[in-house]
Amino acid sequence: MATQNIILAGFGGQGILFAGKVMAYCGLMEGKEVSWLPSYGPEMRGGTANCSVCLSDEPISSPLVLNPDVLIAMNGPSYDKFANVMAKDGKIFIDSTLVNGKKFPDGVAVFEVPATQLAQDQDLSGLANIILLGKVLKETQFASMEAVKKGIEKCVPPSKTHLIEANMRAIQLGMSL
Amino acid sequence: MAIVYDKPKALSDMPRHYCPGCTHGIIHKLVAEVIDELGCEGKTIGVAPVGCAVMAYDYFNCDMIEAAHGRAPAVATGIKRARPENVVFTYQGDGDLAAIGTAETVHSATRGENITIIFVNNAIYGMTGGQMAPTTLPGQVTQTTPYGRDTTAVGYPVRVSEMLATLDGVAYAERVSVDTIPNIRNAKKAIKKAFQNQIDKKGFSIVEVLSTCPTNWGLTPVEALEWLRKNMMPYYPLGVYKDKSAEEDK
Amino acid sequence: MAERVLMKGNEALAEAALRAGCRHFFGYPITPQTEVAAYMAKKMPKIGGTYLQAESEIAAINMVYGAAAAGVRAMTSSSSPGISLKAEGISYMAGADLPCLICNIMRGGPGLGGIQPSQADYWQATKATGHGDFQILVFAPSTVQEMVNTVFKAFDLADKYRMPAMLLGDGMLGQMMEPVEFPDSDPSANIPAKDWALTGHHNARKHNVVNSLFLQPQALEDLVVERYKKYDYIKENEAMHEEYLCEDADIILVAYGASSRIAKSAVNAARAQGIKAGVIRPITLWPYPSKPIDAACSKAKAFLVVEMSMGQMVDDVRLIVNGRKPVHFYGRTGGIIPTPAEVLEQIKKIAGGDR
Repeated sequence: MATQNIILAGFGGQGILFAGKVMAYCGLMEGKEVSWLPSYGPEMRGGTANCSVCLSDEPISSPLVLNPDVLIAMNGPSYDKFANVMAKDGKIFIDSTLVNGKKFPDGVAVFEVPATQLAQDQDLSGLANIILLGKVLKETQFASMEAVKKGIEKCVPPSKTHLIEANMRAIQLGMSL
Repeated sequence: MAIVYDKPKALSDMPRHYCPGCTHGIIHKLVAEVIDELGCEGKTIGVAPVGCAVMAYDYFNCDMIEAAHGRAPAVATGIKRARPENVVFTYQGDGDLAAIGTAETVHSATRGENITIIFVNNAIYGMTGGQMAPTTLPGQVTQTTPYGRDTTAVGYPVRVSEMLATLDGVAYAERVSVDTIPNIRNAKKAIKKAFQNQIDKKGFSIVEVLSTCPTNWGLTPVEALEWLRKNMMPYYPLGVYKDKSAEEDK
Repeated sequence: MAERVLMKGNEALAEAALRAGCRHFFGYPITPQTEVAAYMAKKMPKIGGTYLQAESEIAAINMVYGAAAAGVRAMTSSSSPGISLKAEGISYMAGADLPCLICNIMRGGPGLGGIQPSQADYWQATKATGHGDFQILVFAPSTVQEMVNTVFKAFDLADKYRMPAMLLGDGMLGQMMEPVEFPDSDPSANIPAKDWALTGHHNARKHNVVNSLFLQPQALEDLVVERYKKYDYIKENEAMHEEYLCEDADIILVAYGASSRIAKSAVNAARAQGIKAGVIRPITLWPYPSKPIDAACSKAKAFLVVEMSMGQMVDDVRLIVNGRKPVHFYGRTGGIIPTPAEVLEQIKKIAGGDR
């Protein structure tokens, strides 16, 4: 795995940028070159959010991902925007609580995770993003479990350390699917 | 021989370039006398404008800086924020303060920036040869209002002291004149108060000084003083428009 | 060295400025640099510094002018349209020999343009930041880490040479997060005594005057000529660049900032296809690193300049190459970042033409 180009996309408030930052920190903990680039501007204010994350063994040229190897789509518009520009053998992870009735493109693997529903059911409110991340971890092994734990610890603000445990439970739940 | 009168120490020996009869000289002297009396020359930093007083940086003996046209209050803000213990004043004309520098004036005032502004209002652009100023009176003839200021075409003069007095950040705003000895004495009192306010950390203080421009008004110095009294004073009444410390004393 | 942390370029440059001893920031909100101001607003009050949101870009640069004249390390940051407004103040600071840091996180133009990354302010930064005969130091980092390093360097050289310095970034560098570490350094070691500063003379010296007005033409010419001697010295001594795979390169790409990252990727891809390509990456845009480009003329067969503009830096490369070798250009503009594949196509076209 020389380079993994990832796009995370959804509504503002779903923790898209946070999940991307966790992935980037995981890469950093593994000693990889990493970058994280958010969409910004009117798009941001229109309620959708997406970010590009690159994890690589080489210095990263452009942090803007155009053809992702991995797409995490947490709403319909995000899926529509990126599903058809996937790299060859790409993997798409969708929150099937919120995204359904979509046609899947050829040549990519699609994983449907009812993350929002699971988060509600399992007392992991607001952590659908991290449940999806657990599933991505299982299917792509983008980092070791140790690195993921460290990455989450880095990203959770000091005032909210009590959430680390819930985040780790969400990762475990995602991995179990 | 006893010295009965001397130039204030805060004024340099550099010959002034002002036209005969211009009241800038009086106002410079008043500012310098106030600096002397407050004993603050060593910690004072002055900001010169663009306009007739552009070379004021050579006329005062305290540290001085030349600002771009209209930007003196922003420059003074930067200095004061870097050196809050120094005394920072700007010396600006009407075009500088009330036209191109309106935003800097209004916002330094509304921030309550602890600085002192000496605003010289002579109802005309002097340095560039007598064009309409934001304070040019209705009907007043200038190079760019050759048929008199037509308010239907170019609007009305700005009453700066009245306008700034509406802002909560302003501690002190007074309009004075230097046309007579009593008025000059009163102007000095106002300038001193505006400096003292800063030393006492009371906030933004401005003194608007009605001034003459005999050259560009096309009048003799004596006629110019008369013109100021007859035309400017009714439009720009002298007086205190804001004085937070007086309000607090009540 | 502390541990590496992930930080946005804008926040990293703000943190670096604080560590470089800057305690006075004057700004105005504009995308895509707003995080610089937000970071300063959060940090400055806690360390006794000044964050002030000015009424305009014009006021902000004039506050920097005042603070710099008072002898402190002061800065402002903005993005393209805002830098146009600051032009007046930058010219005055150059004319009054004042040090400061100005950050331009470039976006597409002209006019209101767009808010996506661009490099279309190269001419403005290096040729005409304002009216009059003058230059400012211009640094063009290509990574978040280099943004940090450059902030220290920019403040130090601005103080050393008493002139404004600009950090010329773009929306991509400002918005992206990369790992960074901050050097442990004592900024005061690199701040020279400022006996020219406005501090109040305290009856101990003659009054200091900070000024750019000289009404006698001879006095003004003398001053500008003297300043240009300083510029010559800086050109000789302070130009910075990086060479990537240039030793045996037939085709030399010249690119800075975000474009240089794309250029490196394209060069790697070209090498994989047997085309010997390399990159000269200017780190300072003024002074411009002309020596390595001049030297490359003897070995390289062609140059390819890659920019996120319609072609601005390419002028400087052509002046240095001066007809000795073909200088090609590839650019995207309006906020579009060229892809490595597009640049590779250009390299292949040039290589094909040479064969």
